[in-house]
Amino acid sequence: MLTLDGVQLNSALLLGTGKFASADQLVAAVQASGTELVTLAMKRLDLQHRSDDILAPLQQLGIRLLPNTSGAKTASEAVFAAELAREALGTNWLKLEIHPDPRYLLPDPIETLQAARELVKRDFVVLPYCPADPVLCKRLEEAGCAAVMPLGAPIGSNQGLQTLAMLEIIIEQARVPVIIDAGLGAPSHACQALELGASAVLVNTAIASAADPVAMATGFRLACEAGVYARHSGLATRCTQAQASSPLTHFLETL
Amino acid sequence: MKAGFFALWQQQSWEHQLLQSRSYTLAQAREALGKARLNLQDFQALISPAAEPLLPQLAAKAQQLTRQRFGCTQQLFAPLYLSNLCANECSYCGFSMSQKVKRRVLNAAEVEIECLALRKSGIDQVLIVTGEHERKVGMPYFRQMLPLIRRHFSSLMLEVQPLSETDYCELRKLGVDAVMVYQETYQQNAYQRYHLKGQKADIGWRLDCPDRLGRAGIDKIGLGVLFGLADWRTDASFLAMHLLYLQQHYWQSRYSLSVPRIRPCSGGIEVPYPLSDKHLVQLICAFRLLSPSLEISLSTRERAELRDQLVPIAITSSSAGSSTRPGGYAVDPEALEQFSIDDSRSPALYKQRLQQLGLAPVSKDWESYLGR
Repeated sequence: MLTLDGVQLNSALLLGTGKFASADQLVAAVQASGTELVTLAMKRLDLQHRSDDILAPLQQLGIRLLPNTSGAKTASEAVFAAELAREALGTNWLKLEIHPDPRYLLPDPIETLQAARELVKRDFVVLPYCPADPVLCKRLEEAGCAAVMPLGAPIGSNQGLQTLAMLEIIIEQARVPVIIDAGLGAPSHACQALELGASAVLVNTAIASAADPVAMATGFRLACEAGVYARHSGLATRCTQAQASSPLTHFLETL
Repeated sequence: MKAGFFALWQQQSWEHQLLQSRSYTLAQAREALGKARLNLQDFQALISPAAEPLLPQLAAKAQQLTRQRFGCTQQLFAPLYLSNLCANECSYCGFSMSQKVKRRVLNAAEVEIECLALRKSGIDQVLIVTGEHERKVGMPYFRQMLPLIRRHFSSLMLEVQPLSETDYCELRKLGVDAVMVYQETYQQNAYQRYHLKGQKADIGWRLDCPDRLGRAGIDKIGLGVLFGLADWRTDASFLAMHLLYLQQHYWQSRYSLSVPRIRPCSGGIEVPYPLSDKHLVQLICAFRLLSPSLEISLSTRERAELRDQLVPIAITSSSAGSSTRPGGYAVDPEALEQFSIDDSRSPALYKQRLQQLGLAPVSKDWESYLGR
């Protein structure tokens, strides 16, 4: 079970709300996914004119919102977006994302740590999207972040857990929830992340860009449930060799 | 002057690229189509005559990459013409200096009226366009108008004369998110032939403009060629070269591409190198494979039925309900247009059509505090 800021979430699946073909499709996918927390780009919200509104349908679902700072290239822009989000949506939960590289949308470790420190001071519950760097994740944890969100692969790339070796270290060392964000392209990737010990995963492109987003959301829900079950029921250890049923040392018992 | 793309361009030979762009085989085009990361030669193979039989596969891959990167969405914008005053003489343009047309520069009150009319139609992203007239429509005019316009829209793009790096730094602070500077053509002879007078006749100043934008930290840099002035494959090869160069040098900027084809205008020219619909598709799709993150926009120059086919394949932003006259939305809808448009659907009607095509229209995807 994922606990953030004292709030327990039963689903280990977080959903991004961009890229869907319509608000109806988004709502149906959210429902099918079983998620209890969805991210929302502040730059997409038109609070004044409410054009192409995706906020109202999500609010009607009563789902918890996690505003994000997408579009920010610097710590100061992210902090500004965070304050707007808190004021507009009435939540101090924030997905911090700062990517100065628009081509691969990779997170900036320096600006992210700087913004995280400032936002924690301002009483935000900070969930930073970050590179899969174990040292940076400890730094973000020490800065007071409520979780860390290292990437599995570049956003939207559907490549799965390319950063596996680093994610294993991050999960081993973390004292806050680890949410694997970005790059998960198939339900099996989500399942693998949860089996590894991640507290949750965040998915957007793999669901929104699927030929049938609602069915894919169902697939991710089931995979996440499977991953959590597997993790909690004690996964068998992998071994590179066969385990002999008559071990060589059996003679010791006959002596 | 700091070194930029102009220096690289001077080392290239148009004739060499022209021959090169026709030299590829079907096998080379197939290989390029299968690659995850393309270089300039792969791009040229995809736009070569040999690649034409692969067009259906090229379009399918372009569409898959577009959906993966941009989702099932389409950004909407509209041009906002502020002035048709121009100190250049471009033989294909209705705003050219020698054209005997009524000139107009919108004042602050008129700009406000235009903004309100655009806002009312649901437009939240505007492309500010002026003729190139440094003396009357230069920085003092922009300093006055940009803050007025900025208040109404979430994103401001600018298509005016090429300016200095210092000017772009100031414009960024005034609220400009994107600057479009179309090269028109990369062929020197054609460029000089069509751009007879004014600062636009200086090809180097224009070629180095995206470098100045990158150094000034402008968030989005728009590139383009006016297809029809010179051989399209060669112009596209230079455009791709320019894009690859800029992506490496100015990694914090986004890039967008426009693929305008010459439209009839008052006093206009015969099109010497027409770009067919089929080749337009090939070109757009090849650019998508070359750069999956590239924004590609399509204007209302193109007719509705073609736009409705092209947009779902690889286009990420398109204009709707456009007027190409200063004051054309509300102040003076009868004024002279820069070029005639072919898709006259209103933003509301166009949004409806996008939804039928399975695309969510996105009016707002930016904030005024980003990129300052």
